[in-house]
Amino acid sequence: MTLTQEFPATRYRDVVEDREFPTVREWRARTGRSAVGCYPVYAPFELGHAAGMLPVGLFGGGNRIEIANADSRFQSFICSVVKSTMELGFQHKLDVFDALMFESICDPARNLASVMARNFKEQAMTYVHLPQNMTSAGVVDYLVAEYRRVAAELSATSGQDVTEDGLRASLTEYNAMRAAVRELYAFRALRPQDLSTGELYTLARLATLMAPDEVTPILREALAAARARDGRAKDRIKVVVIGSFCEQPPLELIESIEESGCYIVDDDFLLGWRLFRRDVPVDGDPYRALATAYLNDSLHASTKHDLRVPRATAIIDSVQRVGADAAICLIAKFCEPGLFDYALYRKAFDEHKVPHLYLEFEEKMWLYEKIRTEVETFVESMLFA
Amino acid sequence: MTAVKEIQYQGEMHLLQKELMAKYYAEATAIAGGNGKKCAHLLIAGNPVELLRAFDVLPIYPEVNVLQIAVRHGSLPLIQKAEELGYAGDNCAYVKADIGLFHSGYSTPFAQIPKPDVLVCNYVGCNVYLNWFEHLAEMVDAPAMNIDIPFIRSADGEPSAADLTYVVKQLEELIVLLEKVTGKSLDWAKLTKIVERSARTGELWAQIKDMTKARPAPYDAYFDSVTMMAPLYCLRGTEDGLRFFEVAHREMKAQMEKAKGPLPEERFRIVIEGPPPWPKLRVFRDMFSRWGAVAVASTYSTVGGLWEFGFRHDPAHPLESIARHMLSANVCNRNFLQRYEQMERYVKEWEADAIVIHSVKSCRLFSAGQGDMREHFVRDLDVPTLLIESDIEDPRYFSEAQLRNRIDAFFEALEQRRVTAGKTLQGVASGSATGVVGVGS
Repeated sequence: MTLTQEFPATRYRDVVEDREFPTVREWRARTGRSAVGCYPVYAPFELGHAAGMLPVGLFGGGNRIEIANADSRFQSFICSVVKSTMELGFQHKLDVFDALMFESICDPARNLASVMARNFKEQAMTYVHLPQNMTSAGVVDYLVAEYRRVAAELSATSGQDVTEDGLRASLTEYNAMRAAVRELYAFRALRPQDLSTGELYTLARLATLMAPDEVTPILREALAAARARDGRAKDRIKVVVIGSFCEQPPLELIESIEESGCYIVDDDFLLGWRLFRRDVPVDGDPYRALATAYLNDSLHASTKHDLRVPRATAIIDSVQRVGADAAICLIAKFCEPGLFDYALYRKAFDEHKVPHLYLEFEEKMWLYEKIRTEVETFVESMLFA
Repeated sequence: MTAVKEIQYQGEMHLLQKELMAKYYAEATAIAGGNGKKCAHLLIAGNPVELLRAFDVLPIYPEVNVLQIAVRHGSLPLIQKAEELGYAGDNCAYVKADIGLFHSGYSTPFAQIPKPDVLVCNYVGCNVYLNWFEHLAEMVDAPAMNIDIPFIRSADGEPSAADLTYVVKQLEELIVLLEKVTGKSLDWAKLTKIVERSARTGELWAQIKDMTKARPAPYDAYFDSVTMMAPLYCLRGTEDGLRFFEVAHREMKAQMEKAKGPLPEERFRIVIEGPPPWPKLRVFRDMFSRWGAVAVASTYSTVGGLWEFGFRHDPAHPLESIARHMLSANVCNRNFLQRYEQMERYVKEWEADAIVIHSVKSCRLFSAGQGDMREHFVRDLDVPTLLIESDIEDPRYFSEAQLRNRIDAFFEALEQRRVTAGKTLQGVASGSATGVVGVGS
C-alpha cells in the first residue's frame, strides 16, 4: 500500500541506525555550527540548543559496531551502552561532536564521563549532576545554578552565549517536538494497529538526531498518515514495556515482541527526550522553568528518585491508564537502576494482579528467537490459559 | 621466593576496637529491645553523623552490618534470600545482604539490629545508595530523606558556592526532621563539641596515615586500616571514638619509632585500590603477606572521609564543614580522574612500588572503568599495576586459585623488574626513590 511505503518511519529507519550520524553531518555542513552528544537518560539538551548547537542523543553502538578496545577499559559486568559509547570514540565516530554531556544517572555512567574525558580530549566534556532530593527548599535554586553552569560550558564551545530569550525560543521548539511525540504516544495507545511501536520508536529516535524545528513537521506528517490508516486489530495482548530507559533494545527486538503477539501501548524507550508531561512554561525565568519541569513535571524514570511516591506507582498507573493486559520488563543486562526497580515492580505487579514477563536484553544482540519464544509462550498463557 | 610470615599483631588498638564495637552493638541491640532510644540507618560515604549524635540518635550502618556478617561467612544465605525476592545476580550484594537481613528479622551473631526510626540516605557518589534506601523506605515505617550531594564537577576538586548552599540547606532540613523524630531541639553547643571531636579524630587519623610513609610502614594501610575504620564511622564524634584514635596514634607511633611493621620484612610497598573481599579477607591478606607486600596507602580507607590531604571538621562552622566533608572530602564524591590523582600522590609521596586494583563486581562506583585506570598507571606513569576481580560481599565471586596465580605472577614479575633495574642502577646510591637496589633477592 502506498501509504505504508511512504510512511515517514520507513523512510528514516536506516538513518536512526547509522552510527555515522548522517543527520548531524548534514546539519553541520549546512549550518557551520557545532553539535553536542547527550548520553542518556536526560541531559538538559535545551541549553545546548540555546547555545546554537545541535543536541543529539547518544545511545551507544547498538548492534552495528564491534567492541574491540572498550572492553579492556570497562569490565565484563558493566552494561553494553557504556562500553559501546566509548568504542564509538575509539572508532572516531564521535568526531562529529564538539562537546559531550553525561549525567549522574548511575555509577558506570559517572565513571564513563571521566574515562571519556581522559581518552578523547578533542571533545569538551560536561558532567551534569541532576538532583535527587525533590523536596528540599534549596533544590530549584541548585538546579538553576547547575543549568547556568552547563549553559556557560556549552557556550564556551559553541561561541554563542545562552540568553534568556534564546533559551525561551529553544524551550518553545522542544515543547512543540515533545507535544508531537506525546500525541504519537497517545495515538499508539488507542490504535496500536495503526501505528506500530517499531514505527513510533523510529520517529522518536529521529527526534533525538535532528533539530526540533526540522523534525516536528515530520512527526506531524507521520501522525496524520497514521490517522488515515484503518487497520484491523489483531488478536494480541496489550502490554506496557518498561526498563529500557537508557540502553536501547535493537529495533528488531521491539518488532519481535510485537510480532510475537503484543501491542505495546506504553514504554520508556528514549525517555529523556520526551521527559516532560506538558509544555515547559516560557513566560518566566526559563532556567527556573526547565529546572521545575524536571523536578515536578517529568515522567517516571528509574534514574530519578522521588520519595514522594512509591516506586511502582507510575508503572501501575500506566498499565491501568492505557488498559494494558500485562507488563513486560525489558531490562538491559547489568543495568543496576533497572534491575533494582524490578524487585519493587514485581511486588506491585503481584499486589495489583498484573501479569508480567521479565526479559533481559543487550543492545548488541542480533538473535531474537529465544525472546520470541518467551513472549509467545507468555501471550499464549494470557490468551488461552 | 621464601614466603614472609605474617606477624599476628594484636596490640592495644585491636583490643580496644573489639571492646568499643561490642559496646556499640550492645547499644544497637538495646534499641532493638525497645529501650526507647532512637536510631537512624545511614551510609558510610561522607555522612553527617555528627548531627545524629547531637540528637543522641545512634547511627546504624547497613554496610558495616553486612560486612561483619560476610567476615563471619554468613553473607551468602542472605544474598540468596534477596535473590528469591526478585533481586538480580548483578545487583550490589551489600544491598541484597541487607534486604536478606531485614527479611531474617535483623538478627545477627553480634547484635540485634534495630529497625530505623529515620532513614537518612546520604547520596554521596554512589547511585545504588538511592535504590537501597528507597527499597528500605518501602519496607519499614519510618520517614526517609535523600540528602542530595552534588558530585564534584570542578577540575580543582572543590564544590561550587551553589553546591555548598544547597547541602547546608538540606542539613537544616535534616535537623527539622530529627527534631520531629526525637521530639528534641538541636543543642548547638553539643553539636559544636561533637564536631570538635570529629576534627581532632580527623587530625589523629591523618597523622596515623602519614606514618606509613616510614620504612617499614608501621601497619598495613589496607588490611589494618579497616580495624580503624569501624570506630571512625560508628563512633566518630563520641568520646569513645576520640579515645580510640588517641590509643591507635600512640601505638602506631611507637611501632614506627621501633621500626616495626606488620611483617618481619617489608619487600614491596603497594597501594591498594578498591574495597576488600570481606568473605575471604584473611585468605586475601595472606596472598600479599607471603610476598612481603605491605599496603602503604589505600583508597578504600577514604570512603568515609579523606583527611590525609588536609580536610578537618570546623567547630566554628559545623554545618558548612559537615557539608564540605560530604561534598569533597571523601573518595566517593570525587570524580574518577581525581581518584587517579589521589593514587598518584600515594605512589609518589608514600613511595610505593606498585598498585593493586581489587575490582569488585558489587560496587561499580569503585570498579567501573578500572581497566582505564590500569592503562593510565602502566602506560602514562610506568607504575606496575595489577587488576584482579572478586567481590566485596558475595563469596561466589572469589576464585582463590585464580587470584593466587595472578598475584604470584605479578610479584614474581615485580621481583624480576627489580633485579633488572638493580643491574642498571649499579653504582647508584641505595635507598633511591624506587627503593630497588639490593632488595628482593
